[in-house]
Amino acid sequence: MGPMLMTPITDNPTAFAIASAIKVLAFFGVYLVTVAMLTLAERKVSAWIQDRHGPNRAGPGGLLQPAADGLKNFMKEELSPGAGNSILFTLAPAIAFCTAMVSWAVIPFAAPLPTPWGVVSVSIAQLPVGFVFTLAISSLGVFGITLAGWSSNNKYSLLGGLRSSAQMISYEIAMGLSIIPVLLLAGNVTMDAIVKQQAMGGWNVLNLSVAFLTFLISAFAETNRLPFDLPEAESELVAGYHTEYSSMKFSMFFIAEYANMLTASGMMATLFLGGWDIPFTSWDNTGDPSVLKTLLTLVSFALKAGFFLFFYMWIRWTLPRFRYDQLMSLGWKFLLPLSLGYIVLIASALLALQALGIQQGVLQTGILFVLNVAVLVLVFVIFDRGRLVSPTTSRMSAAEMLRLRTQDRLGSPLSAAVRPEPEMGD
Amino acid sequence: MAINVKVMDRPVEQVSYVRATLSGLAHTFKHLVDPHKVTTQYPEETEALSKRWRGTHRMLTTEDGKAKCVACGLCPTVCPANCIKLVPGEDEQGNRFPLVFEIDEFRCIFCGYCQEVCPEEAIHVGRHYENAEYSRDGFVYDLERLTAQTHPVCEMWDPADPAGE
Repeated sequence: MGPMLMTPITDNPTAFAIASAIKVLAFFGVYLVTVAMLTLAERKVSAWIQDRHGPNRAGPGGLLQPAADGLKNFMKEELSPGAGNSILFTLAPAIAFCTAMVSWAVIPFAAPLPTPWGVVSVSIAQLPVGFVFTLAISSLGVFGITLAGWSSNNKYSLLGGLRSSAQMISYEIAMGLSIIPVLLLAGNVTMDAIVKQQAMGGWNVLNLSVAFLTFLISAFAETNRLPFDLPEAESELVAGYHTEYSSMKFSMFFIAEYANMLTASGMMATLFLGGWDIPFTSWDNTGDPSVLKTLLTLVSFALKAGFFLFFYMWIRWTLPRFRYDQLMSLGWKFLLPLSLGYIVLIASALLALQALGIQQGVLQTGILFVLNVAVLVLVFVIFDRGRLVSPTTSRMSAAEMLRLRTQDRLGSPLSAAVRPEPEMGD
Repeated sequence: MAINVKVMDRPVEQVSYVRATLSGLAHTFKHLVDPHKVTTQYPEETEALSKRWRGTHRMLTTEDGKAKCVACGLCPTVCPANCIKLVPGEDEQGNRFPLVFEIDEFRCIFCGYCQEVCPEEAIHVGRHYENAEYSRDGFVYDLERLTAQTHPVCEMWDPADPAGE
């Protein structure tokens, strides 16, 4: 190879086009393989949590299980409902899958890679609109599920689709708002700028812990994962929006779920865990780009995204599903006001820090972190006391409680029915 | 709208979602890293069968390799599922032997009465359960097949030793 050119590859249109084509193939190849492996990982994690071994017959340690599953799904009979809308029925899984894939294109995976033809950024597209693009595309994802529910002409599918649209739109708001503090801090919406800001001024998980928390919860709801998987609540809706789907179309929804998870994990790693930044060092984001830097930062990014993927599965096999009203009250009554208030708080804190002349750095991170801990403690105390997600969302007022208790003592028919009669001669 | 559901005013520690979630996550993580798994990897390893397990039949033989059965007809009589087919024969010395002895393993309910009733201790239910076949006919075991079985046989319950020690 010739000497590494240290100019951006965008200066050379031909090289840029070729590099982009290679990147598209490579990144989506890795993406699809990872998604396939995630289906295996999910089954393995669930098995280990339940003290089982999980799939271990196909290939070494069950590694070929995704291939076997895919083959099985290809060979299954494909049914489509006679009274349904067949065009939308076919289109829906594709929408669900593609939207998840497209968001993947803007995430930077590693430090720029030097090549003899110029420095290549390790993300498919360095969009100037950055995160706004992601928000727009992830809103489209709801169409896949809603259309699947509607075009199936099945009441369970329709209910699943309706639930999904209500849920995703509700949490979309909290998600969008929770990201505003990140943009405020970075002063830019491009992913590269957000990563750079975190490399210089500390990870956003410390700077903006509350935003991280709201984004995390919203991301779970956006990807329809437990404890927010109401669109496919099998105990109520058979299989929700994909009740009527079979064969590879069903598989597409399955793949879309994992693709969404992967994108959301990458997004969380980028926005809050410093993207490809290696913690406690600065050599990876200063100086000239090198191949070693690219590889190490890629590993760093993979570890961070991998942690979130594991966290998704860990949560799934731990928590039960929310009730629908609990889901909605969590989104609208808790996350939305919290993220709104947090924007105001961070904006004023940043303004105050600017007025005091404190620049991006350890001191700023420290001050913001202390602020966040205070807010977090406050939030959790209120969250606990308010019992927003408790078995008793329809809590009675104190007066009502007192009335029922007095009624109890007088021996109302209601309490007589539920309470055993006192022993004679007691 | 008032609902007639009594909601207990429990302390926060008992109804906190956050605390329950965290303790739940800790619990599942403990199981995740616990190397002890409960699965039996079936074809490679099997669980030990009870001594009184009643499975596939087996006909015991005398030293010269002939079935011990004397075709007395007690087992087809006692069989509640009517799965034993017995046609008795007799040689010149007057010894009875089974001309046809067939057990339909599909009809059999594995009660073990045939073994209990047999005066010659010839027919037994065995400690064995792996008997897959490609056709239904394969489950009708004839005398040849019953004598060819080699698995251990069931030990009947002994009232004097109820625990089987």
